[in-house]
Amino acid sequence: MNGEILTGVERNSAQSRRAFLKFCAGVAATLGLPAEAEAAIVQTLGAGHRPAVIWLHFADCTGCTESMLVSEHPALDKLILELVSLDYHETLFAGSGYQAEVMRKASMAANKGKYLLVVEGAIPAGDGGIYCKIGGQTAIELLNECAKDAAAVIALGSCASWGGVPSTQPNPTGCVGVNEIWKGPVVNIPGCPPNPYNFLSTVIHYITYGRLPDLDHQVRPKFAYSRLIHENCERRPHFDNGRFAGQFGDAGHRSGWCLYKLGCKGPETYANCPSVLFGDAGGGCWPVGTGHPCIGCTEKGIGFEKPIHALAELKFVTSPAFYPRIVEEQGKGVGVASVAVLAGGVGVAVGASIAMAKNLGNGHKSENLPNDNSEDESEDPPDCEE
Amino acid sequence: MTACREANSTHPEFNAEDKLWDAPLDLSALTLTVIKAYSEGSAENKDQEKDGFAFVKKSCLHCIDPSCVSVCPVSAMTKDPALGIVSYNPNNCIGCRYCVAACPFGVPRFEYDKTIARLRKCEMCKQRQADGKIPACAEICPTGATLFGQVTALRAEAERRHQLTAGKLAFFPRRTVDSRDTQERPSPHYNAKTYGLIEVGGTQVCYLAGVPFDKLGLPVLPEKSFVSTSETIQHTVYKGMIAPALLFGCLLFAVRRHGNHNKNEDK
Repeated sequence: MNGEILTGVERNSAQSRRAFLKFCAGVAATLGLPAEAEAAIVQTLGAGHRPAVIWLHFADCTGCTESMLVSEHPALDKLILELVSLDYHETLFAGSGYQAEVMRKASMAANKGKYLLVVEGAIPAGDGGIYCKIGGQTAIELLNECAKDAAAVIALGSCASWGGVPSTQPNPTGCVGVNEIWKGPVVNIPGCPPNPYNFLSTVIHYITYGRLPDLDHQVRPKFAYSRLIHENCERRPHFDNGRFAGQFGDAGHRSGWCLYKLGCKGPETYANCPSVLFGDAGGGCWPVGTGHPCIGCTEKGIGFEKPIHALAELKFVTSPAFYPRIVEEQGKGVGVASVAVLAGGVGVAVGASIAMAKNLGNGHKSENLPNDNSEDESEDPPDCEE
Repeated sequence: MTACREANSTHPEFNAEDKLWDAPLDLSALTLTVIKAYSEGSAENKDQEKDGFAFVKKSCLHCIDPSCVSVCPVSAMTKDPALGIVSYNPNNCIGCRYCVAACPFGVPRFEYDKTIARLRKCEMCKQRQADGKIPACAEICPTGATLFGQVTALRAEAERRHQLTAGKLAFFPRRTVDSRDTQERPSPHYNAKTYGLIEVGGTQVCYLAGVPFDKLGLPVLPEKSFVSTSETIQHTVYKGMIAPALLFGCLLFAVRRHGNHNKNEDK
């Protein structure tokens, strides 16, 4: 059956069977799924279930889309033509104006309750949302309208996740993240831009299993955002050994030492950048790999809030197990053998002193006996005399 | 700690079976400085006494009036008149370890496991300072938790930090007090006092912390240095050798008198 599917895939698309299988395996690996998952993904994607996707843009720079565009595994054309049915995307659709809006409405009606809604960019909520209008509707209205019948809402990028760049102070347009407006379930995939793999893997997990992957307390997929960058960083040994780059271009920086002193936010940022790297830019390519400190773009309250040069707060130093305590008990305490030896020693000493005391008394007596108890006067030491 | 090892050529100290991690439990003949952790309750908040944690760096405080120098019978322990470093000369040392017993902070450590043993303690990287460098621990510290500078400048910095409002952004120097390598961060909450201003006559190293100092293993000590007490007694007793001479005279008198009596009896 797999064979049939794969021939179908090959016939229907420009993708070779080999490339398709590699892609499915890659996605399964990114998700951290077991080996059988790859087969399930092949089955689902090969069967041609292309879910409809509606992709909304609000206060954003389209960087998330751009990073998707340059992704090569798969290339975007394969994604939108073969894996999903991208029915509405402002950057990519051919139509415009009323035509585009009609397409969106038609797709929403046809795939009611089944389509995926992807939101890119923050929602300007200030002054009734008048700062962002598309087709005469504010961002708030559009989001509520589209999210109502969506199977899942994915907030792509830091802006959609919690406001990101547009929400930094003074934030005149009152930009907020998707879950401030839409109170239903949302998946956040933060990052500036987020790694396309994290997005694709979430989508494919949904397509394959019909449900979203496990989420953390900030509703980010756990497979991508459960590990601290600092814990998996390739420069971590330098941190542990106190080898820091002091400034850009100094000897330490050129030697590839830890960027903590330059303000790296790795110690307080959760993302899988050390393993999947940045975008799809190639081997070794991610901020820390190229010598720039992590700016914490996936972490609310860190990215775009804390200055890039500001030192990160270390998480996990709270476990003091590795550090000696203030008062550290040293030595092994008293062992049985040492107690025995000590007790023996004490015993011998006590015995010896008793014996000696006895002997002393005897000696005294034996010495005094012949003197006929007349020692009381003559025994006075000479220096006691008046 | 790593930098200290490199600067002072000390070897890592293992305390676990696997011998993988350099994990000294305290200062030792191998470890001239160590970072210790305070933790209480859930240990969630940094620099808080309750349910908090804090780190403290242990090393020589370079007392202004050091006990170890006072008790040393052979001047192996000396206080540098210019830099104030309490340093040690192994060539003079006779291995009596009075300094180990005398130090109120438990700093000097003896190489008990060696045949020809030395005493080891932080000497504020005097070899580095001779080259115009600052101590390795201050050089390496990425956050400025350990700072180097003139004692007056350090105390002024401590005073400046006491004036800051906790939580407000402020600039904090790194490496040296007057360095331009600063970082901006919210100022933390400090104890009302600075440790090392008055303790045993003052120390050249001073501590700022958010947790009471005695909880961090810094003992509560009198203002008067032990040295001044003991040396006052000693110097008074031996002043101009008057008291010893008197005592000697008394003894002589007693012995003579006693001797005369005995002689009389013999006659």
